[in-house]
Amino acid sequence: MKLVIIAGPPSAGKTAVARQIIRHRGGSEKIAFLKIDVTRAFEDKELADEFGIPTKKIYSGDLCPDHTGVMIMKDAISWAEEENADLFIIESAGLCLRCSPYTTQALGIVVLSAVSGINTPLKMGPMVALSDIAVITRIDLVSQAEKEVFRERTREVSPGLDIIETNALQGTGIRYLLRAIDEFPEITDPEKIVLRGVPPLGVCTICIGKKEIGWQKHFGVIRKLNDADYMYRGD
Amino acid sequence: MNSELIEEITILPGRNRQGNPENFDKITIKPGNTISIVGPTGSGKSAFINDIEIFAENDTVTGRTVLVNGRCPPEEYVRDPAKKPVALITQNTKCLTDMEVSEFLEMHIRSRQIETPGVLKKTIDLANEFTGEKILPDIKMTSLSGGQTRSLMIADAIVISNAPILILDEIENAGIFKDKVIEMLKEYKKALLFVTHDPLVALMSDRRIVMKNGAVEAVLQPNGTEREALEKVVELDSILCRMREEIRAGQLIRIPALT
Repeated sequence: MKLVIIAGPPSAGKTAVARQIIRHRGGSEKIAFLKIDVTRAFEDKELADEFGIPTKKIYSGDLCPDHTGVMIMKDAISWAEEENADLFIIESAGLCLRCSPYTTQALGIVVLSAVSGINTPLKMGPMVALSDIAVITRIDLVSQAEKEVFRERTREVSPGLDIIETNALQGTGIRYLLRAIDEFPEITDPEKIVLRGVPPLGVCTICIGKKEIGWQKHFGVIRKLNDADYMYRGD
Repeated sequence: MNSELIEEITILPGRNRQGNPENFDKITIKPGNTISIVGPTGSGKSAFINDIEIFAENDTVTGRTVLVNGRCPPEEYVRDPAKKPVALITQNTKCLTDMEVSEFLEMHIRSRQIETPGVLKKTIDLANEFTGEKILPDIKMTSLSGGQTRSLMIADAIVISNAPILILDEIENAGIFKDKVIEMLKEYKKALLFVTHDPLVALMSDRRIVMKNGAVEAVLQPNGTEREALEKVVELDSILCRMREEIRAGQLIRIPALT
């Protein structure tokens, strides 16, 4: 089974890209799909209705959705294998831009919208830098020059990144993504899958529900306005 | 720049929405050709230009194939913007990139690895020939008007992208000097494809591709038979342009315009 992990900000077109992959490959192989989201998601039902494939979703609630993804990924891989899937697509919630849910043995795809701000790729850091492929959507809404400038910005974050421009609703350019999936190896050993990057720190008293503002009121890994570094204040 | 000279582009037929084959053998486009693509909304004009832009290989909804110099083009023609021989000027008249004009163009020049000096100024100067509202280098791209954005994008496609094939999607509805644009593009020996509803643009083209139901319905080649109509359109257009400028300037239009 091959594993594909799709990340990207909200409404960038992640599901549209997943849909294109399923549309083009679903005839010849069995595909399973998992959506990770925070409070509501509809993708699992939509894709199950549209393509008749096994889908699942998980809500992270108060937990960081990417952390949730990491927690449940082994279970999810087992589920997809039980479903006899040839290809397993995991779509992240796409929230804080600092996340990078990519793992080893999986093709990491970041989906970016060409109509998002020109600095968006720079703001995203590891979500772009640790991916294998950037799929830039809504390419039909921008001019040639804007495409090239957006591309240049994306390359600033990750110079060797493979970039695929697409109108994901029509499926233009998606052939290169399909080929990258073809060429990507299957999972060899799920036990050995690890995250490619370190997820953001999430250990302070805000994480456990204290609502006061100001670092003085909190413990754990905290930060002051004029300090460049994180500091640790134990309880 | 392109190592290979683009001598011609060939479009091979696909299918209409019902799956029936299109009504042509092939359409060949050469540098200097001007072609209009016409048809009602939803007739497949955008899908047609999209096929050309990405050099379809029977892998789009239309099933068309687009060849360069009689062959399937190398992948870099689609994927590497610096080698891409097609520039598409979209209907979009708003640029969403939050940068100054000069910053935006510099970044585009850098991505194209152009080192010739003066390209930035040349692009802005050319853009200012297409629009009556002067574009300044330090203005934000997001605050350009529709006409200014269009003008700048066309100038960019000519000077920076330097693409041999230009596709212009409804240039008429953006407040630019369209006759000036066509004249300039012909001068630069570009192959031009216009998606248009504008009589002037349509009649100034050598050929008209008529779209219907997702497919090419006909390819019209007027061969001079529309010359009189074109003369009339040019005359009407100049009257309308003059009136438009007078209205903009806050004047009352008293003189009967038709002479």
